[in-house]
Amino acid sequence: MVDSLYVYGRFLTVSVRAQMQYRASFLMQLGGRLIVTAGEFAAILILFDRFGSLLEWNVYQVAFIYGIVNVSFAVADALTTGFDLFGDMVKTGDFDRLLLRPRSTALQLAGQELTLRRISRLTPGIVALIWASTGLDLHWTIPNAALLVASVIGGASLFASLIVFQATLAFWTTETLEMMNTVTYGGVETTQYPINIYRPWFRNFFTFGIPLATVSYFPALAIMGVPDPLGTPIWFQYIAPVIGVGVLVVSLQVWRIGVRHYLSTGS
Amino acid sequence: MLASTKVMTLVSYWAVISARFRSLLQYRSAALAGLVTQIVWGIIRVMIFQAFYSSTTTEQPMSGREVETYIWLGQAFLAALPWNIDTDLRSLIRSGGIGYELVRPVDLHTYWMSRALAWRTAPMLMRSIPLLVFAFMVMGMAPPATVAAGAAFMISMCAAIVLSSAITTFLNVTMLWTIAGDGITQLTFGLVLIFSGMLVPLPLFPDWSQPLINAMPFRGLVDTPYRLYLGHIPASDLPQHLAHQLFWILAFVVAGRIALSRALRRVVVQGG
Repeated sequence: MVDSLYVYGRFLTVSVRAQMQYRASFLMQLGGRLIVTAGEFAAILILFDRFGSLLEWNVYQVAFIYGIVNVSFAVADALTTGFDLFGDMVKTGDFDRLLLRPRSTALQLAGQELTLRRISRLTPGIVALIWASTGLDLHWTIPNAALLVASVIGGASLFASLIVFQATLAFWTTETLEMMNTVTYGGVETTQYPINIYRPWFRNFFTFGIPLATVSYFPALAIMGVPDPLGTPIWFQYIAPVIGVGVLVVSLQVWRIGVRHYLSTGS
Repeated sequence: MLASTKVMTLVSYWAVISARFRSLLQYRSAALAGLVTQIVWGIIRVMIFQAFYSSTTTEQPMSGREVETYIWLGQAFLAALPWNIDTDLRSLIRSGGIGYELVRPVDLHTYWMSRALAWRTAPMLMRSIPLLVFAFMVMGMAPPATVAAGAAFMISMCAAIVLSSAITTFLNVTMLWTIAGDGITQLTFGLVLIFSGMLVPLPLFPDWSQPLINAMPFRGLVDTPYRLYLGHIPASDLPQHLAHQLFWILAFVVAGRIALSRALRRVVVQGG
């Protein structure tokens, strides 16, 4: 385990050094992405400036949920770039090389590339979290702080598992399904706002189907000390992030099944 | 003699547009995936705006119904935005194949802009028609406010596509400076997203920011045509808004031409 982490660390260092070779281009990409993600946050501020509130929510509460979701997604997105490239690796047969190495394929793919510019999403996320904390009357008790960390870990795990699932499909289809991006990015977009503002069918999809609400909305309520308009009990809000980690474990198992079924394209 | 050469040149630009158009129409499965994504996106955004509108009783600069139609128009014509650079041109620049572009007996900027016009139109047409049908039939999208509004929208939308192509061509030219042109593209795309009205319809921006937003080129891509469609800008005001769009088209074309001729003076063809 420690050995795996060491190897993983080495993978990431190499990747970061490679990206820093084109420094000006890298900085501009980072700046550009920062504008896009900051724009999404600005949209929330503009809308609250215009409408005052979003049903029973104020701007700080929404910013807090936005922060959790974006920090989680940024972490997951940066750590799973390799899985995004996986579809092409199957097509070209490059994946065969990974199978020959004495490390698990999931570890190698995760370490394939740490795309630094993807971290750009982290900045608005963290800024939103800090800004929201100053506006909300938060009590940073140990359980609450732990819950915030747990919900980011749970969220990152859940987003990572969606990306792993999408890659796993390529074992059978030889192409990654673009449609899955809709679920992932649509999920980010959706869960940036409190889930109770949506129609029930849609809200249920992101609670029970793809349980993104369990790693953002529910724990955020517990930390903010706001009763859930949907009526979930407080104990559920505390344990909800575990679901994200659970889904990741399942997705890695499915990945293993995929690897066992892998037939090289031979090219 | 001179007239016939001119006609020949025009014919060649038209050939560029139509050839590029036909090759882009091949990507049908990507178009289907894009269609589903944009429908889902539209539904999410409509629900968010409905929630905001049900939170207030004060009169807003735009009605909830109008915003919904604005959102669906945005999803339908998303592909017309200047959101990426011509990837074929990028690989030409990286591989050195750009040398062949330079020996063509056509004006390079017009040639690239012809490519950009097709690049902005073909994917947009493929997606917009089924998406609009869906939005009308299922989501209750409103038709143009009046016949005149519809006509004004069509004219302004054409100008929007030309503006988008002019910006795209400008971005393509910047690739000659920075080999990885993605940085400037990302930066521009960020500005386009915010200040075109794609994220939040521009009338909902704070009142103090309106003069600034009005001066910028980006509203000509999204906000101007869509509000003409809604009748939010009366069709009789078309000339002044069209003039704004044309001004910025001209500005980007001139900037693109200057940047291109500067770049070509010191061009280094990579590879061999």
